[in-house]
Amino acid sequence: MSAVVELSGLEVCFGKRPILKGLDARLETRSIGLLGPNGAGKTTLIHTLLGFHPPSRGTALLFGKDIRTEIRAVRRRVGYMPENDSFIAGMTAVRFVRLMAELSGLPPRAALERAHEALFYVGLGEARYRRLETYSLGMKQMAKLAQAIVHGPDLVFLDEPTNGLDPPHRQRMLRLVREIRDRGVHVILSSHLLRDVEECCDEVLVLKEGRIAAQCDLEEERRTNRRFLEMETRGDDGSFAEAVGRLGCEMVLQTGGRIKMVLPDGLELRELYRLAADLKVQIRRLNYKRDSLQDIFLKAMEGNHGRV
Amino acid sequence: MAVYERAYRGYSGPVTAEHRRFLILPRYGFSDVFRSRLFAAFFALCFLWPCCCAFLIYLHHNVSALALLEIARTNLLAIDANFFLWFLRIQGTMLGFLVAFVVGPGLISPDMRNNALPLYLSRPFSRKEYVAGKMAVLVTLLSAITWVPGALLFFLQSYLDGSDWLRSHLRILGGIVLGSWIWILVLSLLALAVSATVKWKLLASAALLAIFFVASAAGAAVNVTFRTSLGGLLDLSAMVQTVWAGLFGVPPPVDVPLAGSVLSLLLVCLLCLLLLARRIRAYEIVR
Repeated sequence: MSAVVELSGLEVCFGKRPILKGLDARLETRSIGLLGPNGAGKTTLIHTLLGFHPPSRGTALLFGKDIRTEIRAVRRRVGYMPENDSFIAGMTAVRFVRLMAELSGLPPRAALERAHEALFYVGLGEARYRRLETYSLGMKQMAKLAQAIVHGPDLVFLDEPTNGLDPPHRQRMLRLVREIRDRGVHVILSSHLLRDVEECCDEVLVLKEGRIAAQCDLEEERRTNRRFLEMETRGDDGSFAEAVGRLGCEMVLQTGGRIKMVLPDGLELRELYRLAADLKVQIRRLNYKRDSLQDIFLKAMEGNHGRV
Repeated sequence: MAVYERAYRGYSGPVTAEHRRFLILPRYGFSDVFRSRLFAAFFALCFLWPCCCAFLIYLHHNVSALALLEIARTNLLAIDANFFLWFLRIQGTMLGFLVAFVVGPGLISPDMRNNALPLYLSRPFSRKEYVAGKMAVLVTLLSAITWVPGALLFFLQSYLDGSDWLRSHLRILGGIVLGSWIWILVLSLLALAVSATVKWKLLASAALLAIFFVASAAGAAVNVTFRTSLGGLLDLSAMVQTVWAGLFGVPPPVDVPLAGSVLSLLLVCLLCLLLLARRIRAYEIVR
């Protein structure tokens, strides 16, 4: 699979202050989350990929195109929703989105048609003739999303898209992001909200102090998590554990009848229940040992400049 | 796709030529500027003086009209380099400045204030194209009231007086076009630089006024205090009038050195370009 983003030794300095420090990563999935505490370098990384800040060392490729030499080609394929309030004063939403579409290369007529569509899509259809400065925060966020997707980009950068949104608006924004992703657009979502990233992304890059602290494939993580079990039994004299071992499960026995195991492929849970019934062992508790994004994030934050 | 379907879809239609994309900004800019009826009326009035000049040229060549008005041709303003210089002084330094004063500050400052530059510059649209697009608004408006009517007046005079006049006064045409462009560039760059530096339109307008009038007053004060003419090098309109006089081949209306004026105007343009290069960025970097 060709990489959406390829970073190799990427360094960005503001003056003499290094902000991104030797990033190496290859991101291939449809939706990529950028996580990290404030000041970790998430937004700087997005800005660098958009060509706003020149790398002081290393390279970054987007769809195989170098951001140093082919930034125009890169920008033809991307849409960007900035973190802060960004709009053009004195314009109605439809005029604003149309202008943005035209600047991306759409002919005026197509731009107008797409502007209407994009605004209806994000739920601003009824308010599209209102001036942007009269919009609420949630509406402004949606207008920013509309301008980011109006020209049909292959990749959308979303910088803190749920910032300042109330729960219904946040849910709506996340649903739209998932929909856009499912329609074949690559999404790079920067957020400090783990939940947002978990809900929308397949892969996550955790940044800490300008370095990559962790990179993980959430989809793979979810699949693996489904095979990890934690069980508490009562009445087992060792025969149940032995029988489970014979089924091919890797396991660790703990005190108090607790067993941690990895289910082999093809083995269904009901086999364990049947075995327990045959051996007259009670299963008092059974749950998936879930290594959540929060665990991954916390581990990454604890790590000392090493990748988790 | 009908809007009611409300589903996301990509775009695979035709795209416009990239080298012409900066012209999108003036198109939107003109519609914003002419939304104000007051400005539209003012801009229409800017053509009053060219019409008066055209009438004067016509009178010069219409004996029966002169007889009807009982005016001797010798009493009329002569149609020569001074006539066109006067035309340019009124159209350029007065009306041109007013147009730049009204339109210029509103071109970039709202984008700066509302953090709109990342939206422009995240597209296949460069900083140079952004400045060129914004500048095209002023350049077009200023051209429409300076060298375009000036050249039309010149050709009207040539048509009525004959090709000999045209051949012997070609320098005037060069003066009108080149002189206007110099002033248009200075005014546009200055207005854009101020607009990019001061985020509030009202303050940007005040800053533009200060650059012209405070600097001019300071120049006059320098001249009086030190008994020199170098203070004129602080006065933009005095400098450009000196350059125009040089181009038209007539004595300058103000006593400012020509070479110093050219250099100062060049310096102003360079400073404005530097300022624009610093300010027109998607994000300001805090070092």
